[in-house]
Amino acid sequence: MINLFEVVETNKMIEQENLDVRTITMGINLLDCADSDLSVVKKKIYDKITTLAKDLVSTGEEISKEFGIPIVNKRISITPISLVGGSCCKTSDDYVELAKTLDEAAKKVGVNFLGGYSAIVSKGMTRSDELLIRSIPKALAQTERICSSINVGSTKTGINMDAVKLLGEIVKETAEYTKENDSLGCAKLVVLCNAPDDNPFMAGAFHGVSEDDAIINVGVSGPGVVKYALEQVRGQNFEVLCETIKKTAFKITRVGQLVAQEASKRLNVPFGIIDLSLAPTPAVGEILEEIGLDRAGAPGTTAALAMLNDQVKKGGVMASSYVGGLSGAFIPVSEDQGMIDAVVAGALTIEKLEAMTCVCSVGLPFREILRQRPFPELLQMKQQSAWSIRRQRQFVLFRLSEKVWAKPWNLAVCLDMHQSCR
Amino acid sequence: MKKTIITVVGKDTVGIIAKVCTYLAENEVNILDISQTIVQDYFNMMMIVDMNKAQKPFDVISTELAELGEKIGVIIKCQHEDIFDMMHRI
Repeated sequence: MINLFEVVETNKMIEQENLDVRTITMGINLLDCADSDLSVVKKKIYDKITTLAKDLVSTGEEISKEFGIPIVNKRISITPISLVGGSCCKTSDDYVELAKTLDEAAKKVGVNFLGGYSAIVSKGMTRSDELLIRSIPKALAQTERICSSINVGSTKTGINMDAVKLLGEIVKETAEYTKENDSLGCAKLVVLCNAPDDNPFMAGAFHGVSEDDAIINVGVSGPGVVKYALEQVRGQNFEVLCETIKKTAFKITRVGQLVAQEASKRLNVPFGIIDLSLAPTPAVGEILEEIGLDRAGAPGTTAALAMLNDQVKKGGVMASSYVGGLSGAFIPVSEDQGMIDAVVAGALTIEKLEAMTCVCSVGLPFREILRQRPFPELLQMKQQSAWSIRRQRQFVLFRLSEKVWAKPWNLAVCLDMHQSCR
Repeated sequence: MKKTIITVVGKDTVGIIAKVCTYLAENEVNILDISQTIVQDYFNMMMIVDMNKAQKPFDVISTELAELGEKIGVIIKCQHEDIFDMMHRI
């Protein structure tokens, strides 16, 4: 039987160390909504989403109450909309109409975000894909909860540089369209390679064509818990360090597994995957310091990060029946307090960040480069990064966000890179 | 049978257990196990209870217990046992 200390430990993780379930994301297949008439497609999409996901938010809240674990976001991911709208959307504005319908559906069911305003153009771009990509700035400016992602490359096919070039313009245009609102549009757009079909995290979430009609994916995070656990074993050897990370990752993922199973049972939708990603709530950089670095960016950072990622995955795999394609660490320089502090202190350089991107997702600050170098050269840098990363089975996303300009050290373009564990 | 874990954490005062138990009895919640300790100067109590016969739904009992806790000056949480089982048992 459960004892008092285990109960206290669990509750302490939740209350003091910010353990939470980041998101329950329902993946919905919209391929059966395709039609040549735009108004029919809009109606079908709206009906399907509002029927399947009508209880998603209330179920999430119920589970949260019963188990006493916060579930921060409830989201929906859908089939990449360029596949669904291919025959009915003749212009970019038609896609914007679809985006508005999706936004209405998202608001109706009460989810925080709906992802899947997407196109997969890793090898070539269809006319429909291009129309969708061109509609992104307008669509993101006129909707509130829609997230867009474009897959521009894969390990097998390489990178579609035409799409990268087009998206460079689209990213700037998106920033321009939402400039009154902190260029928020860019925060809802990612451009990436090797996108997993079952990602529950925004803005890269979409429901891949290889998935069920509907599935439940769950994302968990808990860097505070890992940090606290490591504080308890300070000064011990590497074996203990690795064991501690693994055990903690196991415990965190088990909570996600429980929530996913319950949600799947109550909504009568099959369970998809658990994705454990240590994300900045508030700081993954501090874990690196706890491992023994003076600061993120100091010699040994890449090794420490590789070890952290490896152990998190190993712990997670044991804890869940299905682990998602994105699991690992996620430390965007623009958001992670530990990384921001390291940059302010002058400890973290671009070269180090490049090395770290070989392990997991970080962000490259391009503001300074942008000031000094013309755009084509910047684009070339992006290409080089993307190429070296592709070889290592990574996938890449970059965002331009006015929002991060406000940070003390001014970022303009982030090249965020995620690792694909598959 | 789904068991529920009730945890009470706070500064130790007279009558905490009495008040919580009275509430549970009034609502036909059966107590299966109680353990209690002082961790870091705080009163920590855990009860394993069976709510199957309770008249009120889970979230009502959970909210009312939390309100009762506020009156006594402690934090009372009500959670299904599964979350602890999942995390600590393979």
